[in-house]
Amino acid sequence: MDKLIYLDNNATTRIDPLVLEEMMPFLTERYGNPSSMHDFGGDVGADVERARDRVRRFLGAENDYEIVFTSCGTESDNMAIAGTVSYYTDKKHIITSRVEHPAVLNLFKKYEREGYRVTYVPVDRQGHLDLDFLKRAVDEDTALVSIMYANNETGMIHPVEEIGAYLRERKVPFHVDGVQAAGKIPIDVKKINCDLFTISGHKFHAPKGIGALYVRRGTRLRPLMYGGHQERTRRPGTENVAGIVGMGKAADLAMAHLPGEGRIALLRDRLEEGILKRFNNVSLNGSREKRVPNTTNVGFEFIEGEAILLYLNEKGIAASSGSACSSGSLEPSHVLRAMGVPFTSAHGSIRFSLSRFTKEEDVDYTLEVLPQIVDRLLEISPFWDNEKKCGKPMAV
Amino acid sequence: MWDYTDKVKTLYMKPKNVGVIEDANAVGEVGSIVCGDALTLYLKIEGERIVDAKFQTFGCGSAIASSSALTEMIIGKTVEEAEKITNRDIVEYLGGLPEQKMHCSVMGREALDKALANWRGETIEEHEDVEGEIVCHCFGVTDKLIRKVIRENRLDTVEEVTNYTKAGGACGSCIEKIEIILDEELKEQREHPAPLHQVKEPLTNIRRLEMVKETIENVIRPVLQKDGGDIQLIDIDGRKVIVGLRGACSQCVISDVTLKNLVQEKLREFVEEDIEVVERR
Ligand SMILES: Cc1ncc(COP(=O)(O)O)c(C=O)c1O
Repeated sequence: MDKLIYLDNNATTRIDPLVLEEMMPFLTERYGNPSSMHDFGGDVGADVERARDRVRRFLGAENDYEIVFTSCGTESDNMAIAGTVSYYTDKKHIITSRVEHPAVLNLFKKYEREGYRVTYVPVDRQGHLDLDFLKRAVDEDTALVSIMYANNETGMIHPVEEIGAYLRERKVPFHVDGVQAAGKIPIDVKKINCDLFTISGHKFHAPKGIGALYVRRGTRLRPLMYGGHQERTRRPGTENVAGIVGMGKAADLAMAHLPGEGRIALLRDRLEEGILKRFNNVSLNGSREKRVPNTTNVGFEFIEGEAILLYLNEKGIAASSGSACSSGSLEPSHVLRAMGVPFTSAHGSIRFSLSRFTKEEDVDYTLEVLPQIVDRLLEISPFWDNEKKCGKPMAV
Repeated sequence: MWDYTDKVKTLYMKPKNVGVIEDANAVGEVGSIVCGDALTLYLKIEGERIVDAKFQTFGCGSAIASSSALTEMIIGKTVEEAEKITNRDIVEYLGGLPEQKMHCSVMGREALDKALANWRGETIEEHEDVEGEIVCHCFGVTDKLIRKVIRENRLDTVEEVTNYTKAGGACGSCIEKIEIILDEELKEQREHPAPLHQVKEPLTNIRRLEMVKETIENVIRPVLQKDGGDIQLIDIDGRKVIVGLRGACSQCVISDVTLKNLVQEKLREFVEEDIEVVERR
C-alpha cells in the first residue's frame, strides 16, 4: 500500500523517532544485564532507573519504587486484579464496569465462574458511568474496584477521581486501567487516589511489549510470577531494557506534547463534524463532554462496519469498527451494547483515533473519500431506498 | 484483518449484479439489520431458466462477495441446476472463506431457497412452517438449517456450527441445544455415512463432466504438481473416467497403482461413489 492515513491510534501508535533513537544503544552495543555486578551491566541499570523516574513523573507518583515494569497493558491489568484478589482471600466481591477492555473483563468473568460476586457497573446512552450505582455496590466484602480511565472505543472518560475519593474513605483497593488515558490527558495518580494504575507503552508512541503498573506505597499485592529479584520481586525476569528506556522517553515526550492535544481535539472535531453534517444516517456514539481529545466513534445506519473498513482500507485509510463482523465474534461491541446503541447503528460503527502525527490533510482526505464509500454501500444495502434517499421502513 | 482471497476482495470491492429487478418473479429475503447481515435476492425466471439475478446486501466484505458470487453462479442455470448449489459451492467459487465467515455463504444459499420457494408460489408462512423450530433466538436460526449445514459441510464442533450459521454466537444460551443436534447428526453420520456431495438423483453427464473437471483442477492436479507430475482428462464414458498421467510421475514404477488410486479416491469422494478411473498411456 503506498498511501497510509493512520487513524487507528487507540489500537496502537507509531514509535516516535526520538524514542527509537534513545532505545537503539540498548538493542546494539549496550546489551548488559542490569543485575550484573560489572559496570557494563550496572550502567544499564542506571538507565532503567532513569526511565522509572520519568514514568513516575508522567503518572504523578511520589516514589520511583511505585513503578513496576511489565510486558504490556494486559499484564499490568492482570497483575493488579489477580494480585489484589489473591491477597484478600476472605473477600468475595469485586466491582468493574460493563465497558472495560477484555484484559479486565475476561479476568472478572473468570472470578465470576469461580463463585465471586461480581458487580458490572452500567453506563448511560452516552457512555457515562453510573457513579451512584457503583457507590451503592461497595460493601464490606468488596476486595477490589477496577475502572478504566478512558474507554478505548468511545474515548469516554470515567470519573475516577470521585470514585477514588469514595473508595479511599472505605479503604477499598482501587485499580485504574489508564491505558487509553496515558498521553492523551494529564495523569495524576495522587489526585485520583488509586492504589494501582495501568499503562501500556505502545499506546503513546513507545514500542509494543512494554507496560507498567503503578503500585501505591503500602498496597498489598501478590505477584503473578515467581523468580528473581527484579522489580523488587514483584515482576521477576530480566528487564526489557530497550522497551523500558523507550517508555521513559515516550513518557517525557507525552508530557511535553500534552498542551498540543488541543490541536488534536480540533482535528478530531473537524473530522467528526464533517461526518455528522454530511450524512443523515449517522450519529455519534458517546458524548462530546468528558472525552479524550483524539477519539471519535460514529455509527452509520443501514451499512455494515467491516464493509466500511474494507473500503476505507482500499483508499489507504486505517480505522477500526465496533461491528461484529470485524472482531471474530458475532455480536457488536460489548461497549456499544452496554451504552444501548441500537443494533441498527452499532453494526455500522467506526472508530477514528488520531495522534500527534495526524495531519490536517489526513482528515480532509478522509472526509473527501468517505462519502463515496458510504454512498456505494448504501446503494448495495437492502435497507436503503435509493430513490427517496432514506432508510426503508423495515420489520426487525 | 481477515485473510480474504483475491476473488473475495475483487467481489466486495466491485460486486456484480447489485440492485433490484423491478419485474422479478422470485424474491428471497434473509437476515435482518439486527443480525448484522441481510440479503435480498431478486430473480427473473423464464420457463425453467434463471435469466437474471440481482442482490442487495447489508453485511461485511464476505457477505457482499458471497452474494455477488451466488448471482454469477445462477444466472443462466435452470431452476433444477440452481437448487443443487450448496453453500460449499459458493465457498469454492470464492476460493475459500475464513472459518468465521462461512455463515455468509450459508446466507446466500438460504436466500436462493427462499426465492425459489417464492417463485413456486409457496407463501412465506407455509415456508416457515417447514423450516423447523428456532434454536438460536438471537439470530433466528432453525434446527433445520443447522442440520442441513452440518451435513453439507461435515461439521463436528459447536464452534463450527456458529461460524457457519451464527447460531450460538451471541448470548450462547442455545449452545446446549446445538450440542444435542450435533450429537444426533454425528450419530446419524456414523450409522449412515454419506458422500460429501450427496446426490439423490444420478448426475447428468454434463454435470458429472463438470464435477470431474473441477475436482481434477482444484484437488488432484495441485497434489500431483507438487511432486512434479501432472494429469490430463482424456475422456469420460459413463462412470469411467479416462486420464493420462504425465510428467515426472509417469516414470515411477508405482505410478499406475498409487496414482490411479489417488485419483479414483478423490473423484469418488467429490463426485460420485462408483467412479472408475482408467489410465491411458
Ligand atoms: C483500555 C485498555 N486496556 C488494556 C489494553 C491492553 O493493552 P496491551 O495491548 O498492551 O496488552 C488496551 C489495549 O487495547 C486497552 O485499550
